[in-house]
Amino acid sequence: MQTVFNGARYRSLYGFRHYLRPYRWQMWVMFVAAFAMVAAATLVPLVIKAAVNGPIARGDRGALVPVFFAALGLGVAECVLIFVRRYIQSIAVLQVETNIRDDLYRHLQRLAVAFHDQWQTGQLLSRATTDLSSIRRFLGFGAIFLVVNVVQYVAVCALLIATYPPLGLIVSAMTVPVIWLARRFGNEYSLLARRVQDQQGDLATAAEEAASGIRVTKAFGRGTLLHTQFVRQAEVVRGSALEMVALRGRFWSLLELIPNIVMALVVLVGGLAVAHHSMSLGALVAFTTLLVLLQWPIIDIGWILSMAQEAATAADRIQEVFATVPAVVDPPVPATLTEPRGRLRFEHVSFAFPDADEPTLRDIDLDLAPGETLAIVGATGSGKTALTALPARLYDVTAGRITLDGVDIRDLALADLRARIATAFEDPVLFSMSVRENLVLGRPDATDEEIEAAIDLAQADFVHALPWGLDTRIGEQGLSLSGGQRQRLALARAVLARPAVLVLDDPLSALDVHTEAKVEAALARVLRDTTAIVVVHRPSTVALADRVALLEDGRITAVGTHSELMRLPAYAEVLTVDPDDVISAGVPR
Amino acid sequence: MTTTSVDQWRGVAAEQQEDVAASLSVLLRRRTRQLLGGLLAPHRRAVWGYTAAIVVSVAASMAIPALVGIGIDRGIPAARHGDDVPLVVVAAVIVGCALLQAWLYRTFVLGTGRIGQRILLELRQRVFQHFQRLSLAFHERYTSGRMISRLTSDMDTISSMLDAGLDTLVTAVLSIVTVGTVLLVLDWPLGLVSLASFVPLLWLSRWYQRRSTAAYRRTREAIALVIVHFTESLRGIRAVQAFRREPRNNEIFAELNEDYRRTTTDSFQLLTVYWPGIRFIGNVTTAAVLLIGGLRVIGGDMKVGVLASFVLYLRRFFEPIADVSQFYDSFQGAAAALEKLAGVLDEQPSVPMPSRSAALPDPANDGGAWRGAVELRDVTFGYRADAPVLQGFDLAVPAGQTVALLGETGAGKSTIARLLARFYDPVDGEVLVDGVSLRDLAEPDLRRAVAMVTQESFLFTGSVADNIAFGRPEATREEVEAAGRAVGVDVVVRRLPDGWDSTVGKNGAKLSAGQRQLIALARAVLADPAVLILDEASSSLDAPTERLVQRALCTVLAGRTALIIAHRLSTVGIADRVLVLDGGRIVEDGTPAQLLEAGDGEYAALHRQWLESLL
Repeated sequence: MQTVFNGARYRSLYGFRHYLRPYRWQMWVMFVAAFAMVAAATLVPLVIKAAVNGPIARGDRGALVPVFFAALGLGVAECVLIFVRRYIQSIAVLQVETNIRDDLYRHLQRLAVAFHDQWQTGQLLSRATTDLSSIRRFLGFGAIFLVVNVVQYVAVCALLIATYPPLGLIVSAMTVPVIWLARRFGNEYSLLARRVQDQQGDLATAAEEAASGIRVTKAFGRGTLLHTQFVRQAEVVRGSALEMVALRGRFWSLLELIPNIVMALVVLVGGLAVAHHSMSLGALVAFTTLLVLLQWPIIDIGWILSMAQEAATAADRIQEVFATVPAVVDPPVPATLTEPRGRLRFEHVSFAFPDADEPTLRDIDLDLAPGETLAIVGATGSGKTALTALPARLYDVTAGRITLDGVDIRDLALADLRARIATAFEDPVLFSMSVRENLVLGRPDATDEEIEAAIDLAQADFVHALPWGLDTRIGEQGLSLSGGQRQRLALARAVLARPAVLVLDDPLSALDVHTEAKVEAALARVLRDTTAIVVVHRPSTVALADRVALLEDGRITAVGTHSELMRLPAYAEVLTVDPDDVISAGVPR
Repeated sequence: MTTTSVDQWRGVAAEQQEDVAASLSVLLRRRTRQLLGGLLAPHRRAVWGYTAAIVVSVAASMAIPALVGIGIDRGIPAARHGDDVPLVVVAAVIVGCALLQAWLYRTFVLGTGRIGQRILLELRQRVFQHFQRLSLAFHERYTSGRMISRLTSDMDTISSMLDAGLDTLVTAVLSIVTVGTVLLVLDWPLGLVSLASFVPLLWLSRWYQRRSTAAYRRTREAIALVIVHFTESLRGIRAVQAFRREPRNNEIFAELNEDYRRTTTDSFQLLTVYWPGIRFIGNVTTAAVLLIGGLRVIGGDMKVGVLASFVLYLRRFFEPIADVSQFYDSFQGAAAALEKLAGVLDEQPSVPMPSRSAALPDPANDGGAWRGAVELRDVTFGYRADAPVLQGFDLAVPAGQTVALLGETGAGKSTIARLLARFYDPVDGEVLVDGVSLRDLAEPDLRRAVAMVTQESFLFTGSVADNIAFGRPEATREEVEAAGRAVGVDVVVRRLPDGWDSTVGKNGAKLSAGQRQLIALARAVLADPAVLILDEASSSLDAPTERLVQRALCTVLAGRTALIIAHRLSTVGIADRVLVLDGGRIVEDGTPAQLLEAGDGEYAALHRQWLESLL
């Protein structure tokens, strides 16, 4: 069968074989059960026929009972075998699918942020769901019946050749067009299957974006636009699916045709052979009866092959993700920080996003003493956000190094590093889980007192007013919370992690003035003995910092105290809100 | 045990019961049937046509064995006498039948495939559109992951049912009917014995139907939860990694995945019982027929040849029944998915669009454009019935006025904005633009009247220009760039490799929050609504950029009604009027100057505090 299957095409699928290893016994049992079932199913009519022609025709009442039990026994055996095969399939194959999905998810969790910036969630999702079920279907069904059918085919061919070699060889010769067809079909079908799977991934992405962007869509009333786009994509999927249907229709109908044509040939040639006495009539009758048994394996190969191709391309798509090596990984031998004090240094750090031509950060030198708070000030687009992503190794520096207490952060185990450095992002990410679970993200072992303290610090006591308090599920993206509330939860989360280094990206931007003042006061207490990098846009927040660094176009152009830097026009420009703007507000424009 | 730990992390929320009561189950099934019927209705004639095709095709293929018999019985004797013609003719007729069968089969596969894909497209289209129509209150409850799972996994299930081979079903039903008739004709007492097997068959099927409906329903729920967790954790991957959430996430995912495996195993195992069960009934019946038939043959009531063919036919009677059970399985899976989709389609938008838009109060005025006078009249609203945010709230904003809303979290600022953007409808009272209730405005009119820049500046996959054009898709490229320039997106774009055509990455990952906010603002500028709402739309901007935006807003907002929610007083600078809210009531109302002069109010205090913070 090697010729039917282009080996290279199945390499990815073959790559999953180790998932089957724990179930190899079960797989064997499934194979044996499948064979035995086919045998029992073939035997039943033969036994019945023998019984009818034998004891019954003879009128042997006594022989009837054993015949009855033989038929019943075979029938029951068939059912039991089906049951056994299906039962094992439901255990082993589903477990394999589940294990691959678990591993895929684990792997995705390890892949660096840069990977996720590029890969659409919908594409990944379609791999984890649709593609995996293609593989499951093939493993549980296609693979087994592929073998069963091939064996059945070969066995029947051998029987045919034994019955009457010339005609048997003619019939066996139909294997050639079948294989040729199967190859052609396989080639075309695998291209199509891949295309359809990719397009389904795109469609999943469209669905996912439409779901996540529902507020913006509502705000601008663009439901119709998204709908039009979605339908256009769905039509593309439909177009490809129809091509698949057409290909299947062509191939399957040819597979139906071939055995029938061969049958006509057998009747003609066999008939002539019988007429000319080179074959007995009985042989021809037996021959045609056996030929019918050949029909099903050939017809079945159609859908089995479709299933196999889909599984193969699905495996390709999944293996592509597995083949991506996490860019940010643990060092082979992690260093340990014996006594973390929280000294954070940037040494000639440059950073460029993977597909960017130009670096976002260039030659950054910063030295934060333990407990020191450094504010980063810079215009929109100067690289502040990129800078905050580096200490926790969400991205790795492209040049230079960052050290924590003298150790290159790349030499620390990731879990260790991220336990010491906590980051609050400007976009507070909340998950659809309880408030508590959202807060203890970084410290599952936090006590209730610690949680309360963090809530208090971040002025997030509104959570107690939620219907179920800390157990209330808050929507994904904290949909039912305001921007200020989300930000306070993100802050509480970062503080609760009790890190040696806190990285806060514009932590107070969405807070109202009252709350801001309270949070600032509380934050000042935390920052007294925590090293911190705080991105700020407002002079009030600068007050939290011991020193300020001015970031301009990816470079640190000045470091000093707020009052020192205020002398620099570039600094003053970025931070100064002209009170006149406000005072003039009362005056008609 | 697992269920409780799953519930623990997920937290509590009010949501519909997932295990359905029996009475509800009937309703669900009826709704599903209606949906299916509606989807199939336009294709009824085609379906009959293709069914006819497959019937002929099956007939042609059934004719072949008979032809072989004729060939052997008649062709060979003729050939023995030197006349090969009958044999050749029979062979040719077989070829003819084979060709006809293959051609009809192909027609059937193509035709039903086309119908299946058409139905799938129609369903995708309907469900997507309905999701867009449903109001935010629904989406907040439903979560995006569920919506995604409806649009992907559920559709896949239906698609695989459509692929599962309707031909098997048609062929099977055909065989069952013909063979059943043949059995009765051959020997009616034995025929009745065979047909009696339908009693246990139907009983078993009924059992299977009831159990598998419930099992597949659970499967749909389980996969939805897997998808919710999957998409959310990938969306929030930064937070996941930064806070070392991976181990816990893996644990939760494994739990959900295991739950899905268990429910799938359940439905698998039902078939594992059902399918061999059908076979079992068939085999027992066959054995019984053999026994009874044998006795009758021996008793001389029946010919042995009749019994032989009867028993052989019996096999061809039960074989297709087993095939039908396979199809029934994938149908049950699809039915559970359809049930979920029918449930979505059955949701009524709590903010329904009117079928016909109300006319503008005076279309002659301003060439039929909105002027933008806004009024909230006696509005009562709360997100939960027991906690009203606004109660009997009144506010009138004349056309062209820029109003700043101030107040602490929970004072009701965002609620007013959302009501005005018609994300929600008030429980009581009216929200009016130019005297027309928002409830009476069709979507396009509503969005020409009101647009809102929300707190989160969501960007779609695509270029910067695409994202701005979202505000008004029909805008020209010049207009898009002009809108971008007005708020300073051109500065952002200058750093990007492909300028306006640079892609923003997944959800704008390549841009900072400030840059995303600028694009969101440009979107609003391009949308050019009569009433513009800015909800914290510039919180992530640095001072110079914010100044730039404000200068731009001065121009953009001229002659336009605007509602600005901001915590920072710098944003308030461009307002004509300031409203200070507290606990859902207006506590201060006046021009910034008036409120400052009054000196003892909240605004004046805030202003002093703010001035201090600048130093």
